[in-house]
Amino acid sequence: MSEEPVIICRCNDVTEEEIVALIEEGITDIEVIKRLTRIGMGPCQGRTCIPLVQSIIARRTGKPMEEISSPTSRHPVKPVRMGVFAGEEVEE
Amino acid sequence: MKERVVIVGGGIMGLATAYHLARLGAENVTVLERRFAGYGATFRTGTGIRESFGDETNIWMMRESIKMWKALEEELGHPTEYRQTGYMFLLHTEEEMESFRRNVSLQNSLSVPSRIISPEEAKEIVPPLNIEDVLGAAYNPEDGKANPFLVLQGYKKASLKMGVKIHEYSPVEGIVERGGKRVVKTPRGEFEADILINAAGGWSKLIDRMVAVPSHVEPYKHQAIKTEALERGQINPMVVSFKHGGAYLTQDIADGGVIGGVALAEGPTFDMNPTLEYAIEVSRHFTWLIPALKYVHIVRQWAGFYATTPDKNPVIGEVAPGYYIISGFSGHGFMMSPMATKSLAELIVEGGTSAPLDFYDPHRFERGEFREAAIQMG
Repeated sequence: MSEEPVIICRCNDVTEEEIVALIEEGITDIEVIKRLTRIGMGPCQGRTCIPLVQSIIARRTGKPMEEISSPTSRHPVKPVRMGVFAGEEVEE
Repeated sequence: MKERVVIVGGGIMGLATAYHLARLGAENVTVLERRFAGYGATFRTGTGIRESFGDETNIWMMRESIKMWKALEEELGHPTEYRQTGYMFLLHTEEEMESFRRNVSLQNSLSVPSRIISPEEAKEIVPPLNIEDVLGAAYNPEDGKANPFLVLQGYKKASLKMGVKIHEYSPVEGIVERGGKRVVKTPRGEFEADILINAAGGWSKLIDRMVAVPSHVEPYKHQAIKTEALERGQINPMVVSFKHGGAYLTQDIADGGVIGGVALAEGPTFDMNPTLEYAIEVSRHFTWLIPALKYVHIVRQWAGFYATTPDKNPVIGEVAPGYYIISGFSGHGFMMSPMATKSLAELIVEGGTSAPLDFYDPHRFERGEFREAAIQMG
């Protein structure tokens, strides 16, 4: 690993090192990694970080990518202002 | 204690009960979880922890739980992000003022330092608050919140260290009696139980059914939202308003985003899909209470179950010989988990506990006894 930290999740500043540390501790379930590091919980809804974390898990555990699950996707698929839901404004 | 204990449910009730059983010397404890630990209600909680209840027993249980919450991080050797940031119940009518004056006076008699404050004091504590229709507020600085992900991980690690076995992705498919023992069947094998504990939260009635006893716990779908990260310190306490949709909201410790919900619920149901109707409802009420929130983005919305009993109080205790339940917390499980699980473990290992578990007797409904409903929101 390079000396500069590698940012995996730009929303919540999670590094590759933090993900690898959890995997080495035996935590390989992406659902658990998500909740301990907060990957996938930021405004990008996991678009950037989830595939990266899945590939790290696959490489570290030797499992094929298709066996690494994805966390549940829910609405809103992109962040929406409360004022829009409340009907007080229209989205620009 | 050599008896084989099998706990169904790897949420906070199951894991904290396992932890306390192991601490009291139970040597053979197994937890079965249908998905990953915390998947049920624990990872879906609104995170609040309060002793601001309106009846003596729940105030006592929460006062003792808060003592345990304060020590938990050190005890588990794991961060919990537990903070005593307070609860603030906004009061909008004379009737609400009167009813919360009674609650505060009862709470004070049990050493809870809650007080009625003016709208101006409320706004000093929560600067972006709209006090237009607020007559006063009931405020308890000892209430607070914690991070469910970290707390559960702490219990999980501490339990594993003491020899508890945790099987995730192991849904219970059936329970049969064989040679006077209960045998719990999962796709990952069978588990013989001298003592079986139902800690399945919203799914409790399915386990009750397999054991062939009546169930009093039904799953009601509640939802919650989280916003983008915000500068911390603006909404420290849990702000509650029964008039405005049963709303509760606070800033999360982790990133300062607002977490909370409203009372709009459906059920009984096993559906956990978030709805647009809820996003609209929560936004209407939140933007009334904190107008600046109209410019803030919702980034996540999810649903989970309040495991609900007829009187909104949990069922904790022995249901049939060797079969115990700890469920039905009706929205108060996360906060009450320290004392609830410790007292159940004491009951099982030592045969008794100093906690008032009679109040939560699982058989009370069959006797036609209903407790005064616990104060509930969300």
